[in-house]
Amino acid sequence: MTNKKQDLIDQDLQDLNNDGVDRRGFLKCMAWAGTGLVWTMSGGIPASRAFGKIYGKDKDSGKSGDFTFVQISDSHIGFNKPANPDVTATLQTAIHKIDAMPQKPDFIIHTGDLSQLSKPSEFDTLDQALKGAAAKQIYFVPGEHDMLSDNGAEYLQRFGKGTQGSGWYSFDHKGVHFVGLVNVANLKAGGMGSLGHEQLEWLEKDVKGRSASTPIVLFAHIPLWTIYPDWGWGTDDSEQALSYVKRFGSVTVLNGHIHQIMQKVEGKVSFHTAMSTAFPQPAPGTAPSAGPMKVPADQLQRVLGITDVNYLVSARSLAVVDSPLADSTP
Amino acid sequence: MTKKTLRFASLPVPVLIALLLLFSGSRSVEANDQTNNQTKDQPSSASAEVAIDNFSFGPQTLTVPVGATVTWTNRDDIPHTVVSTDGVFKSKVRDTDEKFSYTFTKAGTYPYFCSVHPKMTGKVVVQ
Repeated sequence: MTNKKQDLIDQDLQDLNNDGVDRRGFLKCMAWAGTGLVWTMSGGIPASRAFGKIYGKDKDSGKSGDFTFVQISDSHIGFNKPANPDVTATLQTAIHKIDAMPQKPDFIIHTGDLSQLSKPSEFDTLDQALKGAAAKQIYFVPGEHDMLSDNGAEYLQRFGKGTQGSGWYSFDHKGVHFVGLVNVANLKAGGMGSLGHEQLEWLEKDVKGRSASTPIVLFAHIPLWTIYPDWGWGTDDSEQALSYVKRFGSVTVLNGHIHQIMQKVEGKVSFHTAMSTAFPQPAPGTAPSAGPMKVPADQLQRVLGITDVNYLVSARSLAVVDSPLADSTP
Repeated sequence: MTKKTLRFASLPVPVLIALLLLFSGSRSVEANDQTNNQTKDQPSSASAEVAIDNFSFGPQTLTVPVGATVTWTNRDDIPHTVVSTDGVFKSKVRDTDEKFSYTFTKAGTYPYFCSVHPKMTGKVVVQ
């Protein structure tokens, strides 16, 4: 390929990333929680490949900065009601699925509700299950179920090393800046999720001065955009947090809490919620309330799942792919 | 003043008090002839229930007399808490079928919520 042609292709990629339209379409394809197809931008043209082939011998793939990580959420260890009498088993299925991925994830992010009742025995069981994961580095943020004893003291003692306040922190990985936020502490009557002044001040300082081309990933338990206020599915002060990352070229927000996939793209920010590994919840407004939703036993593994996130240096964006624990097609 | 026009005001005191209590809407007042002993601060053995179901408190507003004990029972598959917004009472986390009780010894309005799911709010009115 001539240098000129390569330049044009690179330019195409950048244009596509900036105007948002093709990226939106790209991410719309991501919303298909099917059998794990991955859409990538290669030479400016979206192309789908099965999971196994994305990091194959294609000349555009496998750049040294590329990596993948997995998000799991809402394991609710300790829950044992009809919606799923064995949440530890479905968590283990999720871990096996992650371990079987052709491209090993660099780490796992758990977006909260690790436990059902913040009991030490529940956290112990979770630790045991996660020991079986090939990915040894696991990052956590708490859910409201992890704050039930002494405002999250047990959670912080086990998973809060290096964090501040109720457990927030940030880290860098191969040029991508990750921020773990806690929006389940000090919740006010009648409100939704809440980040609080102290954390917002910390976040503002944390991202200040970073190059706008640094991809940002924010992860927190409760969605950082308003999905359904009646059920508390949103964060009261998330607007302020998002204003601090508005200038960045690529922002990915990963949340849990609602136990179903929802996505939204707003400019350069893409929002995504993950399935739970424990039980599903009803779609907004389709039931008297949120909470565990019972499905026929043979359907359960299709409504639980994991989220694979691929960072491609060439695209400078993150591709988010959900896959259920069991595929719907044989 | 003639007896005719002031008939109401000239009723015996116990009857007046009984009438006032009757019209105050108080549910758990025991019929009692010794009304001259009954004052607002007298403890009552009344009890009332609040059901926690589908992420809501039912009834959302509960009115009880001073001294009443209110018991919340969680009927959801998800744990909840009962926390006074003014710091008056705070339950431990209550899983399915677990209960929390509180005895209200002072009149007043007590808004509360579930600290795990803060959209769930309720109120106990003690009078």
